[in-house]
Amino acid sequence: MSATSSTENYVPKTSVGRIANFVDSRTGGSAMVKELGRKIFPDHWSFMFGEVALYSFVILLLSGTFLTFFFNPSMAETHYTGSYVPLQGVEMSVAYASTLDISFDVRGGLFMRQVHHWAALLFVASVSVHMLRVFFTGAFRRPRELNWVVGGVLLILALAAGFTGYSLPDDLLSGNGLRIIDGVIKAIPLVGTYISMLLFGGEFPGTAIVGRLYVLHILLVPAMILLMIAIHLFMLIVHKHTQYPGPGRTENNVVGYPVGPVYAAKAGGFFFIVFGVVALLAANFQILPIWDYGPYDPSPISAGTQPDWYIGFVDGALRLMPGVIGNFPFEFVILGHTLSLNVLLPALVPAGILFTLLFTWPWIERWVTRDDREHHLLDRPRNAPTRTGIGVAGVIWYCVMWAAASSDLIATHFHVSLNDVTYWLRVLFFLGPIVGYIVAKRIALALQRKDREIALHGRETGRIVRLPHGEFIEVHEPLDDYHQFRLVNFESPEVLPAQPDANGRISGKEKLRGRLSRLFFEDRVAPVTPAELEAAHEHGHHPAIEETAAETAAETQVTGR
Amino acid sequence: MKALSQRRRHPLAAIALLLLGLLVTGGLYAVAGTVNEAKAQTTTYSAQDVEQGEKLFVANCATCHGINAVGAEPGAHGFQAGPSLIGVGAAAVDFQVGTGRMPMQMSGPQAQVKPKQFDEEQTRQLAAYVASLGAGPAVPSEEVLDTTKGNAAKGGELFRTNCAMCHNAAAAGGALTRGKFAPALGGVTGEHIYEAMVTGPQNMPVFNDANISPEGKRDIITFLHTIEEQGSPGGAALGSLGPVSEGLLLWTGGLAVIIGFTIWLTQRSS
Repeated sequence: MSATSSTENYVPKTSVGRIANFVDSRTGGSAMVKELGRKIFPDHWSFMFGEVALYSFVILLLSGTFLTFFFNPSMAETHYTGSYVPLQGVEMSVAYASTLDISFDVRGGLFMRQVHHWAALLFVASVSVHMLRVFFTGAFRRPRELNWVVGGVLLILALAAGFTGYSLPDDLLSGNGLRIIDGVIKAIPLVGTYISMLLFGGEFPGTAIVGRLYVLHILLVPAMILLMIAIHLFMLIVHKHTQYPGPGRTENNVVGYPVGPVYAAKAGGFFFIVFGVVALLAANFQILPIWDYGPYDPSPISAGTQPDWYIGFVDGALRLMPGVIGNFPFEFVILGHTLSLNVLLPALVPAGILFTLLFTWPWIERWVTRDDREHHLLDRPRNAPTRTGIGVAGVIWYCVMWAAASSDLIATHFHVSLNDVTYWLRVLFFLGPIVGYIVAKRIALALQRKDREIALHGRETGRIVRLPHGEFIEVHEPLDDYHQFRLVNFESPEVLPAQPDANGRISGKEKLRGRLSRLFFEDRVAPVTPAELEAAHEHGHHPAIEETAAETAAETQVTGR
Repeated sequence: MKALSQRRRHPLAAIALLLLGLLVTGGLYAVAGTVNEAKAQTTTYSAQDVEQGEKLFVANCATCHGINAVGAEPGAHGFQAGPSLIGVGAAAVDFQVGTGRMPMQMSGPQAQVKPKQFDEEQTRQLAAYVASLGAGPAVPSEEVLDTTKGNAAKGGELFRTNCAMCHNAAAAGGALTRGKFAPALGGVTGEHIYEAMVTGPQNMPVFNDANISPEGKRDIITFLHTIEEQGSPGGAALGSLGPVSEGLLLWTGGLAVIIGFTIWLTQRSS
């Protein structure tokens, strides 16, 4: 290797230099450091959620390893003899007893358990927010479609890691959660019962499930997450980071700080900040008090039984689903087999729709826009109104189901009827996304118009001036070029009608694409053209004239697509 | 025995026998009397109590429960303003009036807790009046409320099996249908918990002594008082509401703080 041979004649002067040279001449590390160290990362607060996710995962690995030293994933029955009085002598599984021991008899155990759980909540939350950022800024476009898919897989793996962990302590809450999963699995036609028997090693709850989930939770799922993170970061380095549009930022460069030394220091410090926030949460706020819930026993269930937040939307969908509508039952017996649509539909369909749309969205948008170019400059969400609208619709749909998972707490804490909460959420389940789409899209378009106004006329200063002939005007302050750039320099695709193919025919699929293209881009606010800008600024000394001229220009631009 | 038989004709024998008989009878009576007293300590009401209670009842309760507590006539929509109170017992009155639920603040799915309207003496008189109308559960004795004799672990098991599905495993309360709810049990006295179990107020089922023995009820009260006194070992309990309040804190608190830090870190943006 040239990297190793070129340093052979170099004689370092200091001892640190000698050690560094020793390592470098044997590993060629300096080439890698040079390559990675010069990587540029742009600075924006919204780019840091992926980092938060990564750091929470590291915290999870550290605290999780501590917990494995003391946790015993056995479902053998025992009588508790530890120091928590209200459970002494109670029959329970060894898994639950060892979790109690971690909480009450292992030094620092409760803190580490709480660190692990809070970090898990933060992990999934930061993954979700990171994905929302990527979606709303269009960072999933070519060349990053595959990395978007890897991110989606990571989200599902995060849910899997969370759920398998939630089920380990074998307390009443986790057992109730497993029972729901068991019910959902059993609702799958034909194979459901077999899958359930296979998973639980016989009839629910059996004596095998905690041990099995434990292996998944500490071995398979984290290994897959690590693999996916490696792929994710590798692709990030290959693609380079995206950046928001701005002066000097193009599709061919990245403006920001290099990894070494600025960004490495910032990112390293940020890890400790995230760890600190998680530690503060863990030290001050109780999470999953398993001693309150008691050992799992299939007969009792507690009021207010909910999953952790990230599974909430599935639980909410189950709560929203009516068992019968009028006289129409959602449960049928076909040839002696029960088909429970009232469980199967809510448990699988909304999650299926959400994840299918999530995974295929880059290709849907590519197909509708026929835009196959590489994009390294991000969209401001307002400059892609339809995508923003669809994203908001999805978020609202999710949030309605999410809220439904806490319908009982909404009822008790706002003193309303549980039934009414359910009815309203059922309505919102269907109407919410539609209203959300329309409102978000209109807000995005309105913000574009505002940007246009400001670019053309400058900022309103609130200073009223009386002209010699008696007229009052408000002074508008023109923007500097730097800020103006952000407002005028963005892409605004136009409707691309259905195109005939080589034989001059328009296929049905192409017609659909044309219609979708119209939905996407029919309503648009054209970006300010240089000519308009010049015209507006030329008349800068005569604000009154400028006003009318620009208004007509804006109107023609808005309506004449 | 010989000495005894030799003295059977002693002039004092009859007196000795009489004294012995009196002593045994008196002793038995005294023992039986204290047993009765322990159970009926607060359930013996004087006629004056009943009389005073009736006056209070007519003035404050009869509007809904009817004169003589026979219940109101069904109104326009078949709703009854107040049910008959014959046979509900003193325990029901002590619970409903003692917790401020009665007189009811307003019509609704369920009577709300509010500051008590009657002092202890008046509550006792009302209880005496209602108890005089028909046999029902009495106010529990000190004996069955003595939590030093209770077993918190057993109580916990009974609570999770019988109560947690409505009241929440941590006794934080829960929702029922159509605006009804199971209240949180923090700060409720043992007496009121016991009375609620034996009388089944509002939408609560009755747990009679065949369902849960008095000792079991005492264990439940012990459990509830134990978990209330110990606080939350892991820090702020967030209302003991489970994953919902935890998730809410993470999103609104934890993530917000982290966003604050990200903004701070990237403040001097290029």
